[in-house]
Order: sequence, then C-alpha cells, then structure tokens
Amino acid sequence: MAKMTEIRWHGRGGQGAKTASLLLADAAFMAGKYVQSFPEYGPERSGAPITAYNRISDERCTIHSNIYDPDYSVVVDETLLASVDVTAGLKEGGALIVNSEKHPEELRPLLKGYTGRIYTVDAGAISRKYLGRYFPNTPMLAAVVAVSGILDAESFLSDMEESYRHKFATKPQVVEGNLKCLAEAMQEVKKHE
Amino acid sequence: MSIKDRLSGNEAVATAMRQINPDVFAMFPITPSTEIPQYFAQYVADGRVDTEFICVESEHSSMSACIGAEAAGCRAVTATSSAGLSYMNEVLFCAASLRLPVVLAVSCRALTGPININHDYSDSMAERDSGFIQIYAENNQEVYDNYLQAHRIGEHEGVRLPVMICQDGFITSHALENIELEEDEAVKAFVGEYCPENYLLKQENPLAVGPYGTSPYYMEARVAQAEAMKKAKEVILEVAADFEKNFGRHYGFFEEYRMEDAEIALVIMGSSAGTAKAAVDELREQGVKAGLVKVRVFRPFPAEELAKALSGCSSVAVMDKSEGFSAHGGPLFADTAASLINAPRRPLMINIVYGLGGRDFTVSQAKRVFARLENIARTKETGPVYTHLGQRDDREEVQ
Amino acid sequence: MNKKACDINEQSTWQELTVGCEIYEGGTSVLRKTGEWRSKIPSWDPAKCKQCLLCTPFCPDSSIPVTDGKRGDFDFEHCKGCGICFKICPFKAIDWKEVQ
Repeated sequence: MAKMTEIRWHGRGGQGAKTASLLLADAAFMAGKYVQSFPEYGPERSGAPITAYNRISDERCTIHSNIYDPDYSVVVDETLLASVDVTAGLKEGGALIVNSEKHPEELRPLLKGYTGRIYTVDAGAISRKYLGRYFPNTPMLAAVVAVSGILDAESFLSDMEESYRHKFATKPQVVEGNLKCLAEAMQEVKKHE
Repeated sequence: MSIKDRLSGNEAVATAMRQINPDVFAMFPITPSTEIPQYFAQYVADGRVDTEFICVESEHSSMSACIGAEAAGCRAVTATSSAGLSYMNEVLFCAASLRLPVVLAVSCRALTGPININHDYSDSMAERDSGFIQIYAENNQEVYDNYLQAHRIGEHEGVRLPVMICQDGFITSHALENIELEEDEAVKAFVGEYCPENYLLKQENPLAVGPYGTSPYYMEARVAQAEAMKKAKEVILEVAADFEKNFGRHYGFFEEYRMEDAEIALVIMGSSAGTAKAAVDELREQGVKAGLVKVRVFRPFPAEELAKALSGCSSVAVMDKSEGFSAHGGPLFADTAASLINAPRRPLMINIVYGLGGRDFTVSQAKRVFARLENIARTKETGPVYTHLGQRDDREEVQ
Repeated sequence: MNKKACDINEQSTWQELTVGCEIYEGGTSVLRKTGEWRSKIPSWDPAKCKQCLLCTPFCPDSSIPVTDGKRGDFDFEHCKGCGICFKICPFKAIDWKEVQ
C-alpha cells in the first residue's frame, strides 16, 4: 500500500481546527496529493473539544473510518492536554505538535508516559504578531507541514500564497500577514530539535 | 476534460445540480444535507443558475412542491435527511405513483431515537417501498456521478420514476476528498433537456394528474408501476454505459471488488465498502480469498445479478447499516437472501447490523467479520445468523 | 397520440392504462353515468316554469341543460336525485319523489 500520512487534530469548537484540517487538505491537494479532511461531527458547541482528521497519500484512500493510530496529533488548544488523551494510538516515530509557548519537555509530564517526539509552537503569539488577533490555525498548519515533511516547504508557501490571493481577493493586505505567520511557524516549531 | 478538484459530498451534489440547472429547487434544511441548498442558494444569488428556488415550510411541502413542478413540466429537485425524509413519506409515494421523476438527494442520517444526527441508513431504508429508485455512493465522486445519471434514468419514458441519490451523512457529505468534475457543457449535453410529452402547463391538451383509482383500477396502476421499476434496471445500465463512454468512469448495479475467485465475501453499501476494501486487500496479501460486493442500486434490487456474483462463495456476510427490527435481520439481508433462494448453489449467509447512528466502522472490524466467514466456510456452521457489530456488550462476541 | 379516457374502462389491462393514470382531456366526468345512483327523482313541470334558470347553477352535477337561454328536461344519465333544484325552485315547478 502507498505511504499514507494520518493526522488527528484536537481543538475546541470555534477555534478553527476543522478549518485547519481543510486548509491542510487544500495545500496537499495543490501539491498533487490525494486528500481526506473530515471532522468528527456532533452537536458540540463553541468551546467543546472537537476532533478533525486528515489522510494524505499518493493514491486515493478508500478508508472512511476515523483515525485511531495517527502519524501526527496536533493540539490547537493546550488546555486540552488535561482532559483529552491526545497521544492515544500515536504511532511510534510520529509526533505530537502543540500550540504552546512552553518548551516541549515542560508538557511531557501531562502526557501519561508518552515517550515520543513533542513539538511546540506559540501559534497564538505568531498570529497576534502578524494578524493582530488570536487565529492559531494558520501557524499550526505550517507547523504540521514543517514537522511532517509531507509537503515541500517552498512549494507549500507559494501554493498558499496563491490560495490566499484568491481567497482574500477583496482584502489583499491580509495576505502578507498570513504568509509571515506560515513562515515563522515553520521556523519556530523546529527550534527545540 | 475532467477537472481535478476537492469537494465534500454535499458540495459535489450541489455542483452537479448547478451544472444541470433544474427548473425548480424546493428546499427545506436539515442536518446533514443542509449544505446542498446552502451552496445552491449561492449559485442562485450569483446568477449561475436560473432555477426557481423555493423556500418552503417543511419537507412534506418541499416534496409536494417538486411534485407540482414536475406535473407542470419542470425538472424539480430537493435534498433532505433523516426525519425530513420521514416527513416526506406520504408524498414520496405520490411522486412515484404519479410517475414524476423528481430527483431527491439524501445525505443519510439515523432516525430517532435516541435523537442522533449521524449516519446510518434508517432514513432511506424506511422508504425502500416508496417506489423511488435508490442509488447509493461510496464517496464524493460516486455521489456526483450518480447524480449526473439520475435525471436521465428517472425521466426515461419507459421508467418515469423519481430517484433518490443517497450518500453517507457526514462521512462523505462533509468529508473533503479529491474529485474529478466534468465540464458544465459536457454535463448539460449528457443530461439533456427535460421534455415530457404531457404536462399541466401544456396549452394544447389539458391534463389531469392524480385521479382516484377505485379497486377496478388500482391494481393495474400498481402493476404498471412495478413494471416500470423492472424496466429501470435496463435503463440504469444504458445510462451507465453512456456515462462511461463520455466520462470514463464505470458503474453497474454493484461493484465487485476482488470477487473473481472469492470464497468469502461481504455484501455492503456506501463508505463502509471503501473501508472494507482495505481489509480485503490485507487478507488477499495473506492469501485469504476475500472479496466484497458493494451494492450501488438498491431499488430496483439487482437480484439475479447479485445471486450470480455470490454463487461461487462459501460464506457471505450481509452488512446492514440500519436495524429493520424484524428480529430476523436488516433490509439488505432480506433482499440478498431472497435473491439466492432458488439458486442451485448458494453460500451460507449471515447478517451483521453495524454502524448505527454514526458508530464508526473500521478495517479491523471488517477483518473480524471475514474471520467469522472463514470459520463458517470451514465448519459449515453459521452460528447465529443475525448479529450486531460494534456495540458495547457484556456478553462474549459471537465469532 | 394520447389515449382517450373513453377508451379506458374496468376491462382494460394494466398495459392499457395511461402512465400514472393521467387523463389527457377535460370534461371526462360525462363518461361516468351516475343516474342510476338515484333513490329520489326530480320532475319538471314546464307549465309552472318561468325560465328564471335559478335551478341550473345550483345543480351540482350540471344535469339541467340550457339551450338558447331556456332550460330543458333533466339529463337523467347524470342526475343523482339530490333534490337541490326542488328546494331552490321559487315557483314549485320541480317536484322530487321516491324512485318507483
């Protein structure tokens, strides 16, 4: 079977974890990949923990179940570490990527004996710096791309630029901020390696 | 030329509708099909279609409006799910018996209760006797392709029956995946114009629809309708062949996946079939002769063809994603078993009800079903014929 | 060519019905003879009748034919004997009795 990367997103309703999963699928699609992006749906409201998923591969994936053994688990809201088992089933050799200002090893005690790789990126600070508000999913998207290496970094940035120019055709001033968010998050997430 | 894109199943249906540009869309929202009229409303607002977009007050009314529009000579569509489909129940039978080819997109969702918004087929299976043609999809590509074929099947003069285009609520309706779209002009040319011979607004000859049919007439009318459903089998294949000629993707009544020499097989529908294919692949690598049949056309039911496809198997599990409460298995099992009843050679069969109300169906569950089938093939004993899969249970699982 | 309603009856086979039992013409109720449903029957006395024509619009079965502005005798193939004409006639020109 072709190599497939499975990603699980943890966020809270309203924070854009589902959107981040859609953006990642979009970026991977533009890079010529087969993609799946789907949320685990329920009647949850703003603030409730939610899960979203991505499958990315070179061939069409026919599996339509949820993802139980992801390659990467992405936590958009650090407070979830206390209540959700975000490393459940995480593959050996995979990684946990958390939106946090802390050093990865500061988080390890919260992770019930998890011994794998942990990355942190202060997505909140980055988004405030370039977008002027708390919008963590753009930096988190970049962090996933940087850590997983599923997409070529340069073409990812140029594809995203094209996508933003299209999406924000009526307000081109936000394109640059978003691109800076992506670039900085890609650097930032790797700093503790 | 096909256009590579990525869309959710709901957006794929809305896109097909936009390309077809129906005369009337009577809409009432319900999760998880709401996005279909939502996307379509944008197409109306942007002037990309000139459809009469009617916001009605219930699903009974949306189907009724479609019936009125079709009788008037229009191509009419709508979309719904779950309780919305149930609320249409009465008028679904009217659309079918009036022989009006409404096309209804269903993002299938569980029926109450308990109240649930997630996927199973309890809504569409409850309407399997309504007289609608029912076509099911594994993913966004299939629901798009099925939709493009629906109008031609339903409107065929030898058929004239309404069509339900079903997909799995949330699992495919809300999942973004790669898709190949066809160009607007190519779709329009393939689907064609709707030109009914008689319609209410035809000035030259007046028309009355929906007469009272006393006992001396009712039986004959129902037989004629039953014959139309039989005829639909032929037309479904004709339209699929023309679809393949135009767009290159093949469709039949069902898809046979690695069935050439299969000894054990699943009969399954929708997105779960895709998941089960991964299990088949794994088992094949281990030398197990596993396969599956994914039922695409459930009404009309392709009994003879299915019997033929399964006749070489030793054991078969029919996977029902709705509970029929017959105490004897689900609706897909009943029809599959009936298909084989007079076959000279037939497999031992079991029925498994799974995936209710969004309960996830996984590759490992599919492998467990295959393990049970291997055991049945070996021992020639089915064990309990009708069981459930995926529920928490304080008893040991039937294996 | 669409099938006429007069060509469909209780001996027609299912193949001979129209699709969806559609009816492709107006006024087909004329084909249905309802006269035999009567248990009471009206009778018209032209001598007492002033040709006011009040009975005609009141007849629910269009069974009082009018020609050149004057009513004629009842259409007994369709009159169901409801008696409305008897009740509405201001000149007692219509009687209404048990069918013998």
